[in-house]
Amino acid sequence: MRLKDISISNLRRRKGKVFFLVLGLTIGITTVVTLISITRMMNEDISNKLDEFGANIVILPRSDDLSLSYGGMNVGGVAFDTQTLKDSDVPKIRQIEVRENISTVSPKLLGVIEVEGRNVLLMGVRFSEEVRLKKWWKIHGAVPKSQDEVLLGNEVAVKLFKNTNDMLTISGKKVKITAVLDETGSQDDYVIFGDLTFVQSLIKKPGALSLIEVSAFCNTCPIEEIVRQISNELPHAKVTAIKQTLQTKMEALDHFKKFSIGISIIVLLIGGLIVFTNMMASVNERKREIGIFRAIGFRKSHVIRIIFLEALIIGLISGIMGYLLGLGGSQLIGPIITGMKGGRIHIDPVLAIGVIFLSAIIGILSSAYPALHASKMDPTEALRAL
Amino acid sequence: MSLIEINRLNKSYESGEECVLALVDVDLQIERGEFISIMGPSGSGKSTLLTILGGLNHPTQGKVVVDEIPIYQLPLERLADFRREYLGFIFQSFQLIPYLTVVENVMLPLSITGRSNREQVHMAEGILERMGLKGKEKRLPDQLSGGEQERVAIARALVNSPPILLADEPTGNLDSKTGKEIIDLFKSLNEEGQTIIMVTHNPENAAFSSRTIQLLDGKIVDGI
Repeated sequence: MRLKDISISNLRRRKGKVFFLVLGLTIGITTVVTLISITRMMNEDISNKLDEFGANIVILPRSDDLSLSYGGMNVGGVAFDTQTLKDSDVPKIRQIEVRENISTVSPKLLGVIEVEGRNVLLMGVRFSEEVRLKKWWKIHGAVPKSQDEVLLGNEVAVKLFKNTNDMLTISGKKVKITAVLDETGSQDDYVIFGDLTFVQSLIKKPGALSLIEVSAFCNTCPIEEIVRQISNELPHAKVTAIKQTLQTKMEALDHFKKFSIGISIIVLLIGGLIVFTNMMASVNERKREIGIFRAIGFRKSHVIRIIFLEALIIGLISGIMGYLLGLGGSQLIGPIITGMKGGRIHIDPVLAIGVIFLSAIIGILSSAYPALHASKMDPTEALRAL
Repeated sequence: MSLIEINRLNKSYESGEECVLALVDVDLQIERGEFISIMGPSGSGKSTLLTILGGLNHPTQGKVVVDEIPIYQLPLERLADFRREYLGFIFQSFQLIPYLTVVENVMLPLSITGRSNREQVHMAEGILERMGLKGKEKRLPDQLSGGEQERVAIARALVNSPPILLADEPTGNLDSKTGKEIIDLFKSLNEEGQTIIMVTHNPENAAFSSRTIQLLDGKIVDGI
């Protein structure tokens, strides 16, 4: 027989009390696991819906020209930049250290062309990337697939009296309008979108780019880190983060994280308090028994070990149960909070070991005073019968 | 040198504002192999004397030397080790641990000695057999009669082969026939050389001992 056998036998005897002890601590751990899992789900949710927010990083050629503007229509400066972006810069962006966090890279070339006596902004894009980046686009027709197909912004279509499937002559080349955009309220309404390579050859700038829009999301690093790494790859470019796009969502997540931490601390404190009061009561109930242990030669440290072993066993059981229940709980509650469909159950060994360890620590810390109190009990007082 | 030497032992308790003198200038020598009965009316200090002999109760004044060890000069944890190595306690009303089986109760003093489980079981079963409890090792204490529980308590006190056996009213909770059996057991243990110190109210029990110490108002009045 070892001290652990005494601890286990005692726990077995007091099944009812052990149940409530485990319950108290399990509720605490379940709450922690549920909140952590939901926070992760929300993070993942943002990550998955990233495209809905559009680009959050814009890469422009380095330029002192303040008039360079995409939103304000004044893009004349672009053509005269000494530094330009090139097609070959695009793969470089995909080579940064945190590349797995980059979702979409959409290179663009802007130019002004004359169409039917009007000056119109022409933008060369890779449609596959552009459509992913602009989830809010409502496209009437089919997304252009070949070099002689274009997509018209709503305002351009109105001004030129053109509609889907009409033909258009751009700088002497006939192209087909495969789709027209619904009004977006943005500069896209005033733009003709064509295939990047087509636009490059049309305005005689093969391989050149005006800007690159990037949508990226990093759970663990700030957006500034991605910006820094892209800047290193493209020293001739000016890389800027557009923070507003994700900021609101991230702030909400941040608030939820703080709220989760607060709730977790409170629930764990209550759990710890339950262990403390229960252990204290148990120690007082066992006064006589502890007196016998001491009388037959148990050291104070032996008595402390018996009680700590009990706390450790309770902590470990609660930790395991709390983790499993929390995993289930987050599957039930997570979708309600995040609006996501219940995803797959994600077993994270670090979280599992972490919370089981946390639970054991809480069990032991909450029992520290009761254990010390027990070891200091006067054996003669404990054995009043003597 | 005697096995136990007590010199000018005093013990007082604070009881409210009063100071109660439980033991006054007690001098006592106990030799190896003695069977001592301590008798006296309630409040005469016999239980206090037993707990002091048992290393459980620090005296206010005086010295207790056991086997040349001044026990109350030992650090507390060493004093616990002393109790384990030198003393076997038999408490009033048995004081068995209710959630441990008979054999586990007997193994209790061995559980902190680093002996292997097999050795512990072997020692415990050996002493239980001697106490006539073979076949009842796996029972819980409340499944035994009073006499059987007392025998388990004696087995627990003896499993370590301690030089001194301390017993507090060992027959107090037993009917007279069972009580007689226990005293006979004590007698035969003593004949094998076991030193026994027993507190008792019962003069019939005391008659079996080799010496009876009479206490009155904290002083030894007879049997030094």
